[in-house]
Amino acid sequence: MKLAYSIAKRFLGYNKGQTILIAVGIAIGVSVQIFIGLLITGLQDSLIDKTVGSTPHITITQEDETSFEEFMIDGGSFTAVAYQAEGPAFALSENDDASVLLRGLSADGDKLYKLSEKLIEGRMPSAMNEVILGSGLSEKLDVSLNDELTLRTITNQSVVVNIVGIVDLKVDAINNSWVLATLATAQSLFELKDEITSIAIQVEDVFEADVLAEGIMTFERVNEQNLSVVNWKDQNEDLLSGLNGQSISSLMIQVFVLVSVVLGIASVLAITVLQKSKQIGILKAMGITDKTASWIFLFQGLLLGFWGAILGVLFGVGLLLSFTTFARNPDGSALIPIAFDPVFIAFSGSIAIFSALLASFIPAQRSKKLSPIEVIRNG
Amino acid sequence: MDNILELKNITKFYGDKIKTQVLFGLDLSFERGSFNSIIGQSGSGKSTLLNILGTLDRPTDGDIIINGKNTKTLNANALSQLRNENLGFIFQFHYLLPEFTALENILMPVRILGKKIDKEVMARAEELIELVGLSKVKNNLATQMSGGQQQRTAIARALMNQASIILADEPTGNLDSDTTEQIYDLMRMINKKYQTTFIIITHDQSVAEKTDRIIEIKDGRILMDVRKK
Repeated sequence: MKLAYSIAKRFLGYNKGQTILIAVGIAIGVSVQIFIGLLITGLQDSLIDKTVGSTPHITITQEDETSFEEFMIDGGSFTAVAYQAEGPAFALSENDDASVLLRGLSADGDKLYKLSEKLIEGRMPSAMNEVILGSGLSEKLDVSLNDELTLRTITNQSVVVNIVGIVDLKVDAINNSWVLATLATAQSLFELKDEITSIAIQVEDVFEADVLAEGIMTFERVNEQNLSVVNWKDQNEDLLSGLNGQSISSLMIQVFVLVSVVLGIASVLAITVLQKSKQIGILKAMGITDKTASWIFLFQGLLLGFWGAILGVLFGVGLLLSFTTFARNPDGSALIPIAFDPVFIAFSGSIAIFSALLASFIPAQRSKKLSPIEVIRNG
Repeated sequence: MDNILELKNITKFYGDKIKTQVLFGLDLSFERGSFNSIIGQSGSGKSTLLNILGTLDRPTDGDIIINGKNTKTLNANALSQLRNENLGFIFQFHYLLPEFTALENILMPVRILGKKIDKEVMARAEELIELVGLSKVKNNLATQMSGGQQQRTAIARALMNQASIILADEPTGNLDSDTTEQIYDLMRMINKKYQTTFIIITHDQSVAEKTDRIIEIKDGRILMDVRKK
């Protein structure tokens, strides 16, 4: 084994140019795999973040859309649990009026809808009768920060609220209709006492939402009050199939890159057996066993795979770094935020090593059949 | 004197569909420490005979007994080991490993044997290098040496595992007459010093005449077998 390794190393070192070429070939394959893999993962993450990042992943409501008693929902997989009281109302300003959706939120609501990040001016509501408005709505009603506004429910309850902030929720329909307040403000206006109309939950892994939703369905309180639990995956099948398609195409690209890397290594190593057939013949005449002879080629594959993988990781990371540095939005943020996933990078590297080893099995097998007599006879 | 190498009724056919017989029931034996040559025209079967003697090729029929061991029953690994421990080869085209230096080439049979390169082994290698006159070029790659130097390296390599038999196929076929003379003298000296058995295939009548025994092969049969006193 040690002898085979040192011969393999010497063979590779003797044909430096060829060795570097093969290693660079493997490296390019690895770097493309890392780059495409992480780029598409980044693209997916950013797409998911933009589409479902600031919406509830699981929503619990009363089936007849009435209110219900709030109860604790706890667990490590839930990143935000917002208790909500909501209902339609009319907003009346001095200049205009509009029908709005008043939503009262518990503390986690800010985190769930990322409201603080989206505030254009002002602050989050913290006391009774403080609200923030969608930017479209504030324009329509022609009101601004610190103005007063009257909210009236269908049952003719009304309250005068203070506008403490304007928020840009990025979606027109929501911007034009949402009025957000504390949970207590909404509960009082809608005469819900301590009850709520829904619980909005965000989870850590969005793709786990359906499984976690099923778990919630088994809660005693959910069954007792006959509540319905829906998750975003059931409501966004188109988006999901789009994401799936993207994952599959990314996988296909990676598989084809891999196949070409394997074929490349296999063909080059097959040629090196021909190149070194004289040496193998001499070694066999000197008494080297077939097994040791084939190990020479396995070690060559392993060494090429190892250095190719290391180079490839360096190339790939370099490519990603330059992409995140140079491909930027006009506002300076990264066009596609890419996460450096060390597990994926290590995985790509090990696949290259493994496939190089696999590819070297063919020449190793061929070297076994090589007889010294052929070499001697053919000069 | 005892026989170190014996051939009994060796026949060899080549080809699968159309069979060509190359050797016809040869019986030969070589004494330990003898210095022999095999001559014959090209196509006479002498190289085939040498390859069979060296266990690089298997006969179609017949027995080869090396140091008392019949090779017929040995598998590929056992044959490899037998070659490594008993036989040294010298070929016309040197057949050194071009990726390795002269010294590394000489040490290769020891490494194949699985032995450590310790002081003792190094001392033997240095002694052989001195013997074949390669001290100045021992760290040169095989490709950076002259034909004569390469052949000396091959001789030193053949001796490294204290091979009892050295098989040489046209060892001087590629060298000029002065170098041929030197290589011959070297082989003769080794034969005397270590009692190594030499079997040399040659075209060169002058080389053959210097050996103790000349075996002439013609059309796969022994035509003549002459021993000098």
